[in-house]
Amino acid sequence: MNRLRVQGWLLVGSFVVAFLLQMMPLPQALLPYKPYWVGLVLVYWAIERPERVGLGFAFVAGLAGDVLAGELFGEQALRLVVLAFIVLRFRARLRFFPMWQQALAVLALLLNDRVVTLMVRGFSGEVMPSSVFWAAPVVGMAIWPFVFLLLDDLRLRLRGSE
Amino acid sequence: MRTDNTTLFAEGTVSTLRLIVYLALAVVLMVLDHRGNYLEILRRTGSAVVEPVYRLAALPADVARATRTAVVTQDQLAGENRQLREALLLAQARLNRLDTVVAQNERLKALLDAQKNLGLSVQFARLVDVDLDPFRHRVVVSLGSNQGIEVGQPVIDAHGIMGQVVEVLPSTAVAMLITDPTHAIPVVDERSGVRTIAYGSGAIDRLELPNVPISADIKVGDRLLTSGLGGRFPAGFPVGTVHSISNDQSGMFAAAMARPAAALDRSGEVLLLHDQPQPYGPPPAPPEEIGPPAGMALADPQPPAAPEAQP
Repeated sequence: MNRLRVQGWLLVGSFVVAFLLQMMPLPQALLPYKPYWVGLVLVYWAIERPERVGLGFAFVAGLAGDVLAGELFGEQALRLVVLAFIVLRFRARLRFFPMWQQALAVLALLLNDRVVTLMVRGFSGEVMPSSVFWAAPVVGMAIWPFVFLLLDDLRLRLRGSE
Repeated sequence: MRTDNTTLFAEGTVSTLRLIVYLALAVVLMVLDHRGNYLEILRRTGSAVVEPVYRLAALPADVARATRTAVVTQDQLAGENRQLREALLLAQARLNRLDTVVAQNERLKALLDAQKNLGLSVQFARLVDVDLDPFRHRVVVSLGSNQGIEVGQPVIDAHGIMGQVVEVLPSTAVAMLITDPTHAIPVVDERSGVRTIAYGSGAIDRLELPNVPISADIKVGDRLLTSGLGGRFPAGFPVGTVHSISNDQSGMFAAAMARPAAALDRSGEVLLLHDQPQPYGPPPAPPEEIGPPAGMALADPQPPAAPEAQP
C-alpha cells in the first residue's frame, strides 16, 4: 500500500517536473531545441507501468498541459494519446531493446508526434513553423537514455527502500 | 510475468477502440475550443493553479538573474551605471526637445478641435519568464485583471512596440508579440509617410511587409512607426527598421523585411499602455464635415511633426 503510494508520488512528481521543464525559459537560440519532456516521461511510464499509465492517463495529462499552455484545448491530449497508444502497442518489444535501439524508437515516436502536431495546427489554420521545428525530436532522442536511467533508478530505489 | 502477458494480449483489441474514443474526444474538444474559445474561461477558473505554475517555472531564471546580480563585480556595475546614466541623459535631452513639439502639437490640435491622445498612461510590468511554445510568439507579463489589464492593450518596451495582450488572468496576462505569424500591425514609413501593414514572420527578429506597391517610397533603413489606423495601437511608436526589399513572386508588389525595434528576445521589463488610443468609428458630436478631418488629424500629425523634430 505504502509502496504503491510512493510510486504514485513518483509518477505524479515526474509529470509535474516535466511540465515545469517544458515551460522553463531558455536562451532564445536554444528554445526550438527543447525536447518534449512530457512526452519522454509519458513514454517511460507507459513502458514501465502500463496498468496505471494508459490512454486515459495520457489524455488527462494532455488536458492539463493544454490548460497551462493556453492555446488549443485538446491538442496535447491528442498528441499524448497517440504517443501512449504506440508505446503500449510495441511495449513488449520496446522494453527489451538495448538502449540505443530504444533511443531510436523514441526518435521515431517524437517525429511522429511532430507530424501529429503539424496536422492539428494545419487544421486549425496556423502557419507552418520553420525547419528547426524538426530538431527537437533529435534532442529528445539524445536525452532519452538519461531520462530513462534517472527515472529507473529513482523507481528502483523507492521500491528498495520499502 | 503473467500480468504482463494478459495486458499484452488484451491490449490489442481494447485499446484500439479506446484510442478511437479518446482521439474523437480530443478532436471534439479542439473543434469546440476553436469555435467557442472556452479554454480561456477554463483557464481563468483554474488560474489559482495556472499562475503559480508559471511563477514556479520562471523561478530558476529569476534565481539565475539574482545570482548574477549578486556576484557581478563592482567594476561591471559601475560601468553599467555609467552607461545607463549616459542613456538617461540622452533620453532627457531628447525629451526636453520633444516637450516643445508636444506643446506645439497640443496647440495645433486644440485649433483643429481634435481629441487629446498624447496623455500616455502606462503600467509597468515584468515578464514572467516562461516558454509557452517556441513556435508561438507569446509572453507572459506579471499583471492581470486585478490590476486592470484588459485584452487588446499594447505592450511596449523602451525601444518600441512589442505586441498586445491577448488573454488576461487574475494576476498575469498573455501577450502576443508582433512577430507572431498571426499578428499584423498597421505601420507608416516615418520618412515618406507610406502606409502599409507589417506581419509577423515567425522569426523573432523579422517582420514582413509583403504587399508594398512597387512604386511606394520605402527604402532600406527607413523607420516604421505605428500609424494608429485600426485603433488598436496608438500612432507614432517605433515598430521596426526596414532592412531588405525584394520583389515578390508575382512582380506586382515589393516585399520588404523589417527588424523589430523592441528588444523582443531580451526585454525583462515592459510597459502596458493604458489608454485604448482612438475611439473607434466616427466621432460622435460633430456631424459629417468635421468627422473625417478629425480622424485624419489623429493619424497624420505625426509625420509632419516628425521631420520637424529631426534636424
